[in-house]
Amino acid sequence: MSELPPFVLFFVAAGLVLATGGVVRKVILLATPVAAAVHIWLNIEMGTLAPFAFLNVELSLLRLDKLSLPFAYLFCLASVIATIFALRVDDTKQEVAGLIYAGSALGAVLAGDLISLFVFWELMAISSVVFIWARGTDRAIDAGLRYLIIQILSGVFLLAGALVHYQATGSLAFEQIGLGTTAGRLIFIAFGIKCAFPFLHTWLTDGYPEATATGTVYLSAFTTKVAVYALARSYAGEGILVYIGITMACFPIFYAVIENDLRKVLAYSLINQVGFMVTGIGIGTALALNGAVAHAFSDVIFKGLLFMAMGSVLFRVGHVNGSNLGGLYKTMPKTTLFCIVGAMSISAFPLFSGFVSKSMVMTALIKEGYSYGWLFMLFASAGVFHHAGIKIPYFAFFAHDSGLRPKEAPVNMLVAMGMAAAICIFIGSQPQYLYALLPMEVDYWPYDTTHVLAQLQLLFFSALAFVWLNKKGLYPPELRSVNLDAEWFYRKVLPASALRGLSVLSNMKEASMLTAMAPIERIRRSISQSSTAQYSLAESWSTGSMVLWIAIILAAYLLLNIVVYGLS
Amino acid sequence: MWDHLSLLLVVTPLIAAPLAAILPFGRVPWALAFLVALACAVMAGMQLWTILTGGPIQYELGGWAPPWGIVYRIDEVNALVAMIVSGIAAVALPYALLSAENEIEKHQIPLFYSAVLLCLAGLLGITQTGDIFNLFVFLEISSLSSYALISLGNRRQALTAAYQYLIMGTLGATFFLIGVGLIYSQTGTLNMADLAARLPEATGLKTVHTGFAFIMIGFALKLALFPLHLWLPNAYTYAPSVVTVFLAATATKVALYVILRVLFTVFPDGFVTNTPAGDLFLMAGILAVLSGSFRAIYQSNVKKLLAHSSVAQIGYMAIGLSFASVAGVTASIIHMFNHALMKGALFMAVGAIVYRVGACRMEHLHGLGRQMPWTFGAIIVAGFSLIGVPGTAGFVSKWYLVLAALEQQQWIVVAVILFGSLLAVIYVGKIIEALYFKQATNPELAVEEAPFLLLAPTWILVFANIYFGFDTDLTVGVAERAAQALGVAAK
Repeated sequence: MSELPPFVLFFVAAGLVLATGGVVRKVILLATPVAAAVHIWLNIEMGTLAPFAFLNVELSLLRLDKLSLPFAYLFCLASVIATIFALRVDDTKQEVAGLIYAGSALGAVLAGDLISLFVFWELMAISSVVFIWARGTDRAIDAGLRYLIIQILSGVFLLAGALVHYQATGSLAFEQIGLGTTAGRLIFIAFGIKCAFPFLHTWLTDGYPEATATGTVYLSAFTTKVAVYALARSYAGEGILVYIGITMACFPIFYAVIENDLRKVLAYSLINQVGFMVTGIGIGTALALNGAVAHAFSDVIFKGLLFMAMGSVLFRVGHVNGSNLGGLYKTMPKTTLFCIVGAMSISAFPLFSGFVSKSMVMTALIKEGYSYGWLFMLFASAGVFHHAGIKIPYFAFFAHDSGLRPKEAPVNMLVAMGMAAAICIFIGSQPQYLYALLPMEVDYWPYDTTHVLAQLQLLFFSALAFVWLNKKGLYPPELRSVNLDAEWFYRKVLPASALRGLSVLSNMKEASMLTAMAPIERIRRSISQSSTAQYSLAESWSTGSMVLWIAIILAAYLLLNIVVYGLS
Repeated sequence: MWDHLSLLLVVTPLIAAPLAAILPFGRVPWALAFLVALACAVMAGMQLWTILTGGPIQYELGGWAPPWGIVYRIDEVNALVAMIVSGIAAVALPYALLSAENEIEKHQIPLFYSAVLLCLAGLLGITQTGDIFNLFVFLEISSLSSYALISLGNRRQALTAAYQYLIMGTLGATFFLIGVGLIYSQTGTLNMADLAARLPEATGLKTVHTGFAFIMIGFALKLALFPLHLWLPNAYTYAPSVVTVFLAATATKVALYVILRVLFTVFPDGFVTNTPAGDLFLMAGILAVLSGSFRAIYQSNVKKLLAHSSVAQIGYMAIGLSFASVAGVTASIIHMFNHALMKGALFMAVGAIVYRVGACRMEHLHGLGRQMPWTFGAIIVAGFSLIGVPGTAGFVSKWYLVLAALEQQQWIVVAVILFGSLLAVIYVGKIIEALYFKQATNPELAVEEAPFLLLAPTWILVFANIYFGFDTDLTVGVAERAAQALGVAAK
C-alpha cells in the first residue's frame, strides 16, 4: 500500500465518476484529492523510490523527497479548492478532465524518471485542453487547438531530450541535468514551453482566457507549476534562468496594463509571477530555491482566488471586459472582498501570502549581487500591484457604475474563494508552517523593519501613481482592443512569409517546368491524338504518373549504382 | 498431422475458397470462411510456438529435397507475419458478416468470401514459402483476389481504384518476376537458401544488381512506399470497409516481409549498405512520413485520411530497415506488428460509422461521438496508439525506432520521426474534433451505436493496442529474434 502512487487514486476516481451521478459523483470528486493528501501524509515515507522495469529501462512512478512533497500537497489543496468552485458545473467531461489533470500533475511531480514525466506531461496537455474546448465557442475551439499543439510539441521536445539523454548517459533519471548537453537543451525547451518563457508563452495568454469560468481555475494551478518544479529539479542554478525570469516578470506588465479582458490580465500576471519563481531557481541558492517553491505555493492559492473571483463575475455577468464592468460591489460584496484579499496577496502586502514568499526571492537577488536584477524585479512588483492589485478589483467592482446588478456568486463558489482567502491570510501571518514544508533548511524571517517598510513604500507610491494618473485621465483607458503579442509573429508573420516563400518557389517551379515540359508536352499531345488513346480511362492522369514514378525510380537506382557507387 | 502444419496453413484456405463460392445460401459461406480463418489463426499460433521453442522448421513439399523441390522454411520472421495475417483474418471475419451484408450486393457475397479466402491463402503462401518463384505465384493469387475485393465497393470509384491497383500491382509483380529471372540466369537456382549461398560470388555482376533493383521496386510498389504509393489511398477509400481493414492490416505487412527477406536473407551481408538501396529506402521513408502525414491532415474523407496515414507509417518501417542494423530491423518488425493492430482497429471503427451513417466524410461525423460512444472510444485509443502515446503499442514502436536512429547518429531522422508524431496529433485530433466537439449537422437524426458484432472485433484490436503497449515481451522479444533470424549483420 505504501508504494501506491497517488495519481492512481485520481484515475480510478475518474472512472468512478463516469459510472456514477448525482451526489455520489460530487462526493467522489471532493474526496479524491483529500484522500490523496492523507495517503501521501500517512502511507508514503520520505525518500520512497519505487522502481520498476519497462522496455529494459528502470522507471519510477513515485519519488517523494523534500522538493516534490510541497508540490504534492499544493496540488491536492488546489484540486480541492477548484473542485468546490466547480461543484455546480454538471459537465461530465470537465469533471473527468479535472481529475485526470490534477492526477497527472501529481504524477508528474512525483515521477522519478523522464519517461514517466513525459507520460504525465502529455496527459496534462490532453486533459487540460478539455477546459478550453468545453466553452464551446468557435474562438475557444481554435484557441484550444493552438494550445494543444504547443503543449504536445513541448512533450515531443521532452521525449526527444529524454531519448538523447538515455543514449548518451544510459540513464533516464529525472535529476539535475543542466544545459551542458544537447539533451539538456532539448529538455530545457520542453520545460520552457510549459513554463511560458518569453516568446513561448502565447499558449497561456491565448488559451486561458478562453476556458470556462471554472476551467481557468484548474488551468492556472497546475501546468506552469509542474514546469517550475521540473526546472527546480533539473536546472537549479543555471544563470540564464535569472535573466529569463526577470524578463518574464517585466514584459507582461505592459500588456496587462492595457488589456481589457480581465482574465487575460490575470493570465499575463501569471507569467509575471512565474518569472519570480524562475528567477529564484536560476539563482539556485538554498534561500532562492525555497523562495521559488514558497512562491509557487502561495501563487497557486492567490492566483486561483483571483481567477475564481473573475470566474464568478463571468458566471454571473457573462463577460469580463473591464470596459463594461464596474459597480459590482453593490450586489457582489463577498466576491469583492475575496478578490481584494487575492489582490493584496499578489501585490505582496505584509500579512498576506505573496509577501512572505516573494521577499525570499528578492532577498536572494540582493545577496547574490544581482542589483540591477533586483531593481527590475522592484519595477515588476510595482507593476503587479498596478495591474493585478488595483486594476482587477477596481475596474470589476468599483470604477464607474455600469448599471449591472448581478446576484452574489453561488454558495459553493463563495466557499472556495473563502477557503483560498483564508489560506492567503494564514500563510501571510503565520509563514513558519509554509517554511517548514520547504525543501532546504533556511533560517529566514520576512517580518523585519526594512522589508516591511520598503514594501509598504513601494505599494503606497504605486497606489499614488495610479490615483494620480486616473484622476488626470492619463491612465490607459479600458478599451476594446487587440494587443499584439509574440503571437502575432506566429499567427501572422510566419504564415505570411511562408506563403510568400511558397509562391516564389511555385513560380520558379512553374517556369522551370514550362521549359522542361514543353517538348514532353508536344510528344504527349501527338500520342494522345492517336486512336489508341481514345479510351476514356487513358486520360486517368494518376495511373500514368504512377508508372512514370516507377520508371524514374528504377532509372535513378541503376544510375546511382553505376555513378555513385562505382559498381560495374 | 502436426508435421504438415505449415502446409495446411496455406492449403486449407486454398481448398475452402472454391467451396465458399459454390455454397449458395445465406450465411453459410461466411461461416466457412470464419472457421477457416480461425483454424489458420490457431495453426499459425502453434507454428509460432513450435519455432520459438524448437527453432526453424523445414518442410519439403511432396518429399522432394531442395533445391529441386519446393521447400517451406519457417523461422521467427515468417511465423510472426503468418500470425499477424491469420490473426487479423480471424478478427476481421466476424466483423465481415454485417459489414459485408450492408455494403455488398447479396448475390456477390459467396464470391466475396471466396475471394477473401483466396487472398488469405495467397498472403499466407508468400510468408511460408522458401522458394522465390513459388512466392511469385502466391503473390499473384493474393493480388488478383484483392483487385476483385476492392472492386466490390459500392461506389463507382471503386472500379477505377481497383483498376489502378490492378495496373500497379501487375507492374509490381512483373518487375518482381523480371528480377527473379535475371538472378536465376546468373545463379541457376530459385530456392532462397540456395540463392543466399550462391549470391556472394555473383555480387559483382551487373545483372544481379539490375535484378535486385527490379525485385525491390516491384515490392516497394506492393508495399506502397513513397512515391509508389499513389494507388493506395483510392484503393483503401473505395473498397468495402472490411476489405480495407483486412488489406491495410495484412497486405502491406507481407510486402514488407518479402523486402526484409530478400534484402537480408537472400542477398549477402552488406549488400544494402554498399549499394544505393539503403539510402533510397531512408529517403523514401523520410519523404513518406512527411508527405503522408501532411496529406492526411488535409483529407476530408476519414478513410482517405487513414490511408494517407498508412503511407506515413510505411515510411517509418522503411526508415527502420534502411539502417540495416539489428535495432533498426527490430523496430521495423515491431512497427509492422503494431501498425496492423492500430490501423485494423481504426478502419474497423470507421467501418462501423459507415455501417450506421452510410458515409465517412468529415461532415458526416459531426457529433457522432455522443451517439456512438464505443466506436468513438475505439477511435480515441487506436488514434492515440497511432500518435504514439505511451501506454499504447504505437509508443513501443516509436521508441525503438528512435533508439535505432540514435544508434546511427541520424539526428534528422529522429527529428522527422518526432515531427511525424506531431502531425499525427493533428490529423487524429481532426477526427476527434469532428466526432465530439462539432455540433451534429442534423440533430434530429438519431444514430444508434454500432451492433455488437462490429464492436467486439474492433475492441479486441483496441485492447491488443493497449496490451502490447505494456507487455513488450512478445513483440519486442520475437522481433529481435526475427531480426537475427533474417541474418542482419550484428553491429
